[in-house]
Amino acid sequence: MKVLFFAQLRERLNCDSAELDIELPTLVTDVREALIAQFPDHADLLKDGKALVAINQELINNEKATITAADEVAFFPPVTGG
Amino acid sequence: MVDKIIDYIRVQEADFDINAEYQVMREDNREDGAIVFFVGQVREMNQGSEVTGLYLEHYPAMTEKSLQGIVEQARERWPVLNRIRLIHRVGQLHISDQIVFVAVSSSHREAAFEACHFIMDFLKNRAPFWKKETIASGDRWVEALQKDKDALKKW
Repeated sequence: MKVLFFAQLRERLNCDSAELDIELPTLVTDVREALIAQFPDHADLLKDGKALVAINQELINNEKATITAADEVAFFPPVTGG
Repeated sequence: MVDKIIDYIRVQEADFDINAEYQVMREDNREDGAIVFFVGQVREMNQGSEVTGLYLEHYPAMTEKSLQGIVEQARERWPVLNRIRLIHRVGQLHISDQIVFVAVSSSHREAAFEACHFIMDFLKNRAPFWKKETIASGDRWVEALQKDKDALKKW
């Protein structure tokens, strides 16, 4: 599955998306763990509370939310607009 | 010419014209007794450093959808709201440039004041924008502040 990155996370990981080898459907928490395994040096930015998650362009506040193959998934830092 | 529709939500690089926006809020508007505006602009000092520029990144597929959702929440909470206009800029900005504009009209002022405040508090916490500022030592991403998070508790 593909995960999109934005802002500081995109810069630190040095890519705007990553392909994860993970069986679908899965949970947000499993995707987060897989990302941390793929980018262990940046666990500080990826962990729960540091990276927000959007599924299909909606902010999700539930680590147990389900992700299917059809979903667009994004991880990004806390937002700072306005 | 600015479109005249009830919820006008735009994410754009271009600046906006407050006078034109105000005219659209007023045009053929006999029902409202109150129009409240908020404008956010780029501040020279942030977290103890002098800022010389500000870049705003966003998540294009999500941004307008997120703003629309916030406006819908405000409408559910204050059904008397009439016109709402929300503009947020992205891209490279400079000191004292306008960043964000929220206008809300209503028959009476209370709902308009509160809804304008509500929209900004939720935008600060939920809309996918990120600021990167230029200071003397280079560029840095702006950290999200606890006080912005805490601001949601009053709603």
